[in-house]
Amino acid sequence: MNNVNGSVVGSSSGSGDGSAPRRNSKRPKYSRFTQQELPACKPILTPKWVISVFTLIGVVFVPIGVASLMASNDVVEIVDRYDNVCVPLNMTNDKVAYIQNNETDKSCTRTLEVVPKHMSQPIYVYYQLDNFYQNHRRYVKSRNDAQLRKKSQENETSGCDPEKRTKDGAPIVPCGLIAWSLFNDTYIFAIGNKNLTVNKKGISWKSDRDHKFGKDVLPKNFQSGPLIGGGTLDATKPLSEQEDLIVWMRTAALPTFRKLYGKIEQDLNAGDVITVTLENNYNTYSFSGKKKLVLSTSSWLGGKNDFLGIAYLAVGGLCFFLAVAFTIVYLVKPRKLGDPSYLSWNRNPAGH
Amino acid sequence: MMKRFVYINDDSSQDLYCDNRISNRKYTLWNFLPKNLWEQFRRFMNQYFLLIACLQLWSLITPVNPASTWGPLIIIFAVSATKEAWDDYNRYLSDKQANEKEVWVVKDGIRKHIQAQDIHVGNIVWLRENDEVPCDLVLIGTSEPQGICYVETSALDGETDLKTRVVSSACIGLASEQLHIIKGVIECPNPDKDITRFDGNMRLFPPFIDNDLCPLTIRNTLLQSCYLRNTEWACGVAVYTGNETKLGMSRGVPEPKLTAVDAMIDKLTGAIFLFQVVVVIVLGFAGNIWKDTEARKQWYVKYPEDGPWYELLVIPLRFELLCSIMIPISIKVSLDLVKGIYAKFIDWDEEMYDHDTRTPSHAANTAISEDLGQVEYILTDKTGTLTENKMIFRRCCINGVFYGNESGDALKDVQLLNAVANNVADVIRFVTIMTVCNTVIPIRSKSGTISYKAQSQDEDALVNAAARLHMVLISKNGSSLEINLNGSLIQYEILDILEFTSDRKRMSVVVKDCQDGKILLLSKGADEAILPCAYAGQQIRPFVDAVEQYAQLGLRTLCLGWRELKDDEYNEWSHAFKQARSTLVDREWKLAEVCQILEHDLEIIGVTAIEDRLQDGVPETIETLRQAGINFWMLTGDKQNTAIQIALLCNFISSEPKGQLLFINGKTEDEVLRSLERVLLTMRITSSEPKDLAFVVDGWALEIILKQYRAVFTELAILSRTAICCRVTPSQKAQLVELLKSCDYRTLAIGDGGNDVRMIQQADIGVGISGREGLQAARAADYSIGKFRFLKRLILVHGRYSYNRTAFLSQYSFYKSLLICFIQIFFSFFSGVSGTSLFNSISLMAYNVFYTSIPVLTVVLDKDLSEKTVMQNPQILLYCQAGRLLNPSTFAGWFGRSLYHALVVFLITVHAYADEKSEMEELSMVALSGCIWLQAFVVTIEMNSFTILQHLAIWGNFAAFYFINSVVSTIPSAGMYTIMFRLCRQPSYWITVVLIVAVGMGPVLALKYFRYTYRSSAINILQQAERSRGPIFSMGGLESQLKSLEKDVASLSTSQSKFRNSVYEPLLSASDPPPTSTRRSIGPATFDFLQPAQSRLSSSYSRNCKDN
Repeated sequence: MNNVNGSVVGSSSGSGDGSAPRRNSKRPKYSRFTQQELPACKPILTPKWVISVFTLIGVVFVPIGVASLMASNDVVEIVDRYDNVCVPLNMTNDKVAYIQNNETDKSCTRTLEVVPKHMSQPIYVYYQLDNFYQNHRRYVKSRNDAQLRKKSQENETSGCDPEKRTKDGAPIVPCGLIAWSLFNDTYIFAIGNKNLTVNKKGISWKSDRDHKFGKDVLPKNFQSGPLIGGGTLDATKPLSEQEDLIVWMRTAALPTFRKLYGKIEQDLNAGDVITVTLENNYNTYSFSGKKKLVLSTSSWLGGKNDFLGIAYLAVGGLCFFLAVAFTIVYLVKPRKLGDPSYLSWNRNPAGH
Repeated sequence: MMKRFVYINDDSSQDLYCDNRISNRKYTLWNFLPKNLWEQFRRFMNQYFLLIACLQLWSLITPVNPASTWGPLIIIFAVSATKEAWDDYNRYLSDKQANEKEVWVVKDGIRKHIQAQDIHVGNIVWLRENDEVPCDLVLIGTSEPQGICYVETSALDGETDLKTRVVSSACIGLASEQLHIIKGVIECPNPDKDITRFDGNMRLFPPFIDNDLCPLTIRNTLLQSCYLRNTEWACGVAVYTGNETKLGMSRGVPEPKLTAVDAMIDKLTGAIFLFQVVVVIVLGFAGNIWKDTEARKQWYVKYPEDGPWYELLVIPLRFELLCSIMIPISIKVSLDLVKGIYAKFIDWDEEMYDHDTRTPSHAANTAISEDLGQVEYILTDKTGTLTENKMIFRRCCINGVFYGNESGDALKDVQLLNAVANNVADVIRFVTIMTVCNTVIPIRSKSGTISYKAQSQDEDALVNAAARLHMVLISKNGSSLEINLNGSLIQYEILDILEFTSDRKRMSVVVKDCQDGKILLLSKGADEAILPCAYAGQQIRPFVDAVEQYAQLGLRTLCLGWRELKDDEYNEWSHAFKQARSTLVDREWKLAEVCQILEHDLEIIGVTAIEDRLQDGVPETIETLRQAGINFWMLTGDKQNTAIQIALLCNFISSEPKGQLLFINGKTEDEVLRSLERVLLTMRITSSEPKDLAFVVDGWALEIILKQYRAVFTELAILSRTAICCRVTPSQKAQLVELLKSCDYRTLAIGDGGNDVRMIQQADIGVGISGREGLQAARAADYSIGKFRFLKRLILVHGRYSYNRTAFLSQYSFYKSLLICFIQIFFSFFSGVSGTSLFNSISLMAYNVFYTSIPVLTVVLDKDLSEKTVMQNPQILLYCQAGRLLNPSTFAGWFGRSLYHALVVFLITVHAYADEKSEMEELSMVALSGCIWLQAFVVTIEMNSFTILQHLAIWGNFAAFYFINSVVSTIPSAGMYTIMFRLCRQPSYWITVVLIVAVGMGPVLALKYFRYTYRSSAINILQQAERSRGPIFSMGGLESQLKSLEKDVASLSTSQSKFRNSVYEPLLSASDPPPTSTRRSIGPATFDFLQPAQSRLSSSYSRNCKDN
């Protein structure tokens, strides 16, 4: 990089006019700003500079990529899709009828794949939904934050269409489509016949519990309509303690998402076989969405996600490649920077 | 009712006309809001934004809080309105000051002090020395016994010399007591804005004896805003008051000019609007289809079975609102702001400060600086623009004897001095005409020296020269005039002045010699106006030759002649003259007719030759701007020969054999047409040869051409890089500008006098030289400069920088808007094409009006090349001229970049923040951070020079972004509560953002480097040269080489500058990337300096033909 600091100052800025009486108020006042002469750094893209930048990016990116990839690899993840199998054989042709029938037993037992590696606590239990549009324009706006926050605002149901009020006009708390469609599958884990306790406290954001969901707001008229959406709420617990709801109401930006179900606060050893007894309540069949159960540890970078690592390695590699390519081109075909003979108007038409 | 009758000193009739309250205000307190809003909403962009803002009020379709559009909209409107209100308030204050000024007015026969606003038509107003005239007055008395007074009219017409005003003849000699009780009636036309004419009559009532109609002219008036000078007191009758004065009537709002850049931005905005409509339609369809096929199955969305009738419109309208940010709401404010700063830079420029006249340059029009960088044609006046308009008497020819031919200065010619000393009759007569036949006012200072105040520089030169020849004009008091010739006093009585008009091209005075009582007619004027008036039988050949010879030398000539008048001839004529002077209609024409009667049978006695020196640096300026690819046309009222000589002197045209002049002349239409076609043919044939061709046309031929052969002439105009039009009238000048403009050329007209005003107003850019002919041109102009040579800096430095900066700023504004809009569009594919906004309202608003607007504003300090480099390589201006930095293809580049960056930001964010991290607020903030980081780096990589302000704005913007979002994150009720803190603690956030920057900027950097080094444009090469080797290069070094070469070629006698020109033919060759879609499509072939007149002009001509 080439610094030309302090551009040439007013070579002809009228300094010939030194005599005081000739100075005139109309005369523009001199300052470096008004004369557009502020000292400036004028970098240009010299080969040296560009090649070093690309090398530097490569040098920085590859280690980060390796570290990210390692972090992602350290994460142990067990994923189990259960929506397609937790349907009685006689109902596979009409899964929607099965799931909408309140009478049938929805419980289902799954044996997860063998724990591949030691999983140290806490182990996060997520449920994953596919093809579920929590970000749909109708859905994402269908809530009222004021109502959730304060009991005095429970009549505040604007924006909650179409789950605003009951038929007789009483406000639904919490109102809106998001709350109405609360996820309600449940899981019980066991290794052999020893139950694994799942801690469902502290799975939501603390800021949400403290400031977004009121401690005095109790569910009211919830799921009392003719059409039941998802899960129900314990009408005796304030919203700030309904952590499943709080988690659910942090809407996902993408149609595939995982939400925290709970935490298993004990280590799992390689080779452990986990069985899950689950209640398959939530209807994803009508829009052919998938439901998966995920057990995962976490690293400094989050869950298992190779994307960043691979991207960093790729970008780092490409930068190295570009740096090398530019160097080769520079050596093979050197070009003098700023040679005035390159200027079209200085070029002799006859050619040298 | 075309006339008004003003009853002097009569309080009963005063209510007929308005009082003297001046109001320049555009608004009142009550109509400000509606009127201002109405004016603002007349712009299409504002209507568009208002529509969007109104649509957002419909909560069903709005993706964001309506505040995100209303906020900026209201801010923008408030800024414009505040500016208007502030301007209007200042106008109000200055009006108030003028209105409340105390003046002396006669009331009931007594002088009283009243406020200026209470003056009524018919009041008698008294003024003291140095008072400002509060309204238009007809002069009825002064302190001077001859009834004259002096006024300075600079506020009105910009002319700084003192003008004489005389009391109307009916009132001469009235004592000041009588002036208090005077009664009478003034008949005058209704108010108009012509400050050079006042055709009225006055009749006094008894007991004031003179019962005759007494004519009034502009010389009997004191106009509002003039100052009384050198006169103890004066008084006059108010005839026009308030906003009805000549000054008040001539106030007007000039048509706003639109720059080529603005037109291009409008075009691009239109294109973006179309694109937006297409996107909306496509996404609207897709959304409705998805809704019917998929969303009905998504039970949790709970779509009703039967929607309202407008259901089909809901999704398209949502997308319309989502995409409305494609057209940046901030662009207008940003552009206005930077344009204001460009104009300020011009005002502030010390190098364009004229030390001689102590005038800084001034940009009166702040909106068109970019056009300066795109000028293709400069139409220049000659006198006072190229020349100094400082006239010096150099030579003369008296009765066939040439004086001053040897020394070049007649005043040093011993022969002439001897002739004066020996009282040679012809010579004395000649010098007498020089002294007497003029309107110069001698002013004797206290020390006894005499100085002259003249309206015409030529007259000034003549009187001063006569004084050097010992015939000194001592005083001029009313009609008596005193001359000191070699110590003896000669007196004349001035009987009549037959004034100069541009139609008559001559002036005469009728004087009475007080010694012998003879009445003499003394005339001077242009040769073609005087020589035909010679008496039958006089040999005018020698004078024609003399005029010819002087014109060859580039001197201005005047012919002098005289005649003795018989008493009765004069008396008879004098009567007719008086009548003509008191007519109200067509007075000028009638006067000219009467003057004609007297001006004949003159004895021509000689020719004067006055030199008008070239201004400093004119040849260099023209040379440099030529190299920059600008074509020059000279439009002058002067003679053909004089014009050609001046043109040769200032590099305007080159002499044979390098250049060739083609003359278009002829007296009849046929001759003119033949001549025109011959010239056109020559031009077509020779345009491939390395020859500077120029055509010369005079006003007569031009008149015929413009009327009949416009098409042919247009073709010629396009082919020719240089033209000289002589003897043209102001309206022809304007027509020529119009003609070039109609061919889609950017024209700049530069001039200094009142005769250039129309041309200046007509041209895309009008530049006025605040010179000696007054400030009329400078007032009408968009830019006023002190000297012609500043034009170089104005165009190459200010124009070029302004164009470059605006080109970047405007495209960048679209880039950043498109960037965020594309992300929204991509997101809609992940949200069921339902029109969900990824970003929340606060972020969207702040992104557009704050985060992305502030850093880029520092582009006003960006310089791609140093001023010196640009001055040394003026050819670089071509990039601006051809619009290579802002055109659909460069815009496509920015469009592509925003699409790419949007993809990068969106895909990386979506993949890095997948699964358990895909929380809406977090993900949106990650994407927004990516945009902010990317745009900062885009500004950085596109900026060429970094001053402290750039650093502050770009990096300070980061700090501001994180600071503002942190603050918002502390508000529990905000949707963004704690988000920023959470993100800043996550390593994955920082890693993601850095990845976005690397992937987004890497290819941009690599591509830029590649083009910079291996496909460099001329700008890049100069940048590299300038920065690797310091500012001085190229021309200097090569020039010294050439100098040594020059020694070898001894035969070449051309001046160095011309020699340089012959070698440095700027070749703008194919290595420049062919401008893909500039205004002029330049062919792929070699495009060199020798042929631009042909290749680029012919291509544009063919385009014009297509247009027709």
